[in-house]
Amino acid sequence: MKIAIAQCAPALGAMKRNLDMHREWIAKAQATGAALVVFPELSLTGYYLKDLAADVACSADDPRLAPIAEASREIDISAGFVERSKDAKLHIAQGYWSGGRLRHVHRKVYLPTYGIFDDGRYFGPGDRLETFESVAGTAGIAICEDLWHLSVPYLYAAGGASVIFAPADSPGRGVAEGGDLGTAASCRMMDRFYAQYLTVYVVFANRVGHEDGIAFWGGSEVIGPDGAVCARAKEFEEELLVADIDRELIARERARNPLLRDERPDLVFRVLAERMGVRVTE
Amino acid sequence: MTVDAERAAIRMSPDDLEPLRIDEVLVRKMLVSFLREETLKTGATRLVMGVSGGVDSAVVAALAAEALGPENVLGLFTPYRTTAGRSKADAEAVARAFGIRVEEVPITAQVDAYFAGLPKVDRIRMGNKMARERKSIEYDRSWPDGLVLGTSNKTELLLGYGTQFGDLACAMNPVGDLYKTQLRELATSVGVPKGIIEKPPSADLWEGQTDEGELGFTYAQADVLLYHLVDRRVRPVDLAAAGFDATLIATIRERIRRNHFKRVMPLIAKVSLRTIGHDFLYPRDWEAD
Repeated sequence: MKIAIAQCAPALGAMKRNLDMHREWIAKAQATGAALVVFPELSLTGYYLKDLAADVACSADDPRLAPIAEASREIDISAGFVERSKDAKLHIAQGYWSGGRLRHVHRKVYLPTYGIFDDGRYFGPGDRLETFESVAGTAGIAICEDLWHLSVPYLYAAGGASVIFAPADSPGRGVAEGGDLGTAASCRMMDRFYAQYLTVYVVFANRVGHEDGIAFWGGSEVIGPDGAVCARAKEFEEELLVADIDRELIARERARNPLLRDERPDLVFRVLAERMGVRVTE
Repeated sequence: MTVDAERAAIRMSPDDLEPLRIDEVLVRKMLVSFLREETLKTGATRLVMGVSGGVDSAVVAALAAEALGPENVLGLFTPYRTTAGRSKADAEAVARAFGIRVEEVPITAQVDAYFAGLPKVDRIRMGNKMARERKSIEYDRSWPDGLVLGTSNKTELLLGYGTQFGDLACAMNPVGDLYKTQLRELATSVGVPKGIIEKPPSADLWEGQTDEGELGFTYAQADVLLYHLVDRRVRPVDLAAAGFDATLIATIRERIRRNHFKRVMPLIAKVSLRTIGHDFLYPRDWEAD
C-alpha cells in the first residue's frame, strides 16, 4: 500500500491560499495511487503565526475545513491546523480525514518554548495520546516536538500502533562544526531509532520554505520497522514523496525481534506510580 | 550525507578554527532560497546593495545574482575622495564575476558640502555620515520595486562594528549569521575573485583604515571566541580555562553588551493596552490570503 507525504511550503496566515495548495497536492498524491497523503505541521496556516494564531483558528467542525473532508472521500488526508477548542483554547492540531469525515485529531502535547520556539506563548498543550485506525494501520500522531519526547512514540507503540505519523515544521540550523545540518542529523537518528526499536513505521513529514528568515529543511522520510529508509525527500525543496507500507514487514520484524511483545508497560506504570506516591494494587 | 554520520567532540582552543567550518554547498543553498523566497513574498522583484570591493558585499552579490538573476541585482559603488584606489577595480571585478550591474555614485560632493564650515570633525563622525549617505542612496535606488540588502556579517553585528541606520540598515541580510571566517570560506566557494578574499578587510572610511587595526584583534581570534561564547554558550571562566585571553574575552563581551542597541528595533514607550513590539506581535512574513 502506498502513502504520500506532501513536502510543501504553506503561506503564513493565508488559509484560503493554503487550502488551494492542499487541493493541488491531494490531486498529485491521488494520481500516484497513494491511499493517504500526510501534510506537515500547521500545513493549513503556516508555523510562526504569533498573534495570527487566533485569527486563523477554527473548530474541528469549522466549514473552512470542509474542502479537506470532502477531498477525503477519494484519499485519506492528514493535515495541520490551529484548533479552537469548545472552551476557546488554541491548539496546534493535526487531523486525519477519511471517507468524507474527520476521524481523529491530535493536539500537540509538547510545545517548545525556548530558543527559536515560542509555541507555549500562543497555544495550549494537548493532553491525550490516542491511537486510531488509519489506512496504513493503527496509528499515533506526534507533532514535531512531541517526537523528541520518547514517552510519546513509546506510549503509541504500547497502545498498539504500527505507524507513527510525525508531521513537523523543523527549522534548519546548526551549519558549523563541519557540515551536516545539526537538526537534520538529530531527526534522522530519532526516526530510525523509534522505527527499529519499536518496530513501527515512522512517517516524518517536514515542510520547506522560509518564515521570517528561518528555513524549514524538508528531508521528509518514511522509515520501516527494520530501520531501513523506505523513501526520503530532498532537503529545502518541495516534493511529493511516495513510499510503500508493508504490513507483512511489521509482522516479520516483530517475529524476529519481539521487543515490543516483551515490553512491560505495567512495570513502567508501577515504577512511576510508586515514585509519585500512588499505591498500586493488583 | 548518511544516517550514521557521527560527530567528534568539539575541541575548544584559541588556535583551533575547525569548529567554525561550514558546508559551503549547504549554506549557499539555504541563503539563495532565503533571498529568493523572502524577496518574492514581499512583491519586490529587484535587489539593491552596496558593492564596496570587499569580500562581504562580493558574497552577497553572488548570492543575490543566483537568487533573482544578475539582471535583477543593482550594485552601487559609492566612493568618497579618500576611498582606496583599488576598491573601484575590485567592485568592477565583482560586477564581472557575477554579471550584475554596478553603478558608481560618488558621495564626496554632498558629504563635503554638509561638513563645510564645521570645525574639525572626528573621523568616526565622518565615517558614520558617509555610511548613512550611502544607505540613503541605496534606498532611493531601490524604489519602487526593489529591496535593500545588508552585508554585515555576524562578527560585525556582535561587535557593533557598523553604523546604525548606515551600513547596518537593510530590508534583509543573508550573511548576518556567518562569522567573517565562515564568510571567507563561502567566498571561495561562490567564486569571489581571489584578490578580494585575500586583501585586509577595511571599512575604507579613511586612508589606511583596516578592521583588525581598528578593533585591536584579528577576525580569527574574535570568531573562534565568539563561536564558543555565543553559539555554544560557554561561560567566560571556562573559555579562560581553555586558554583564551582574559582581556580579549572581557573586551569582546563588553563590545557585545554596549552595542546591543544596534541589533534591536528602537524602544517604544508602552502606555496602551496593546503596543507595537511589546504585545502586538505579528510575523513580518504575514501573507495576504
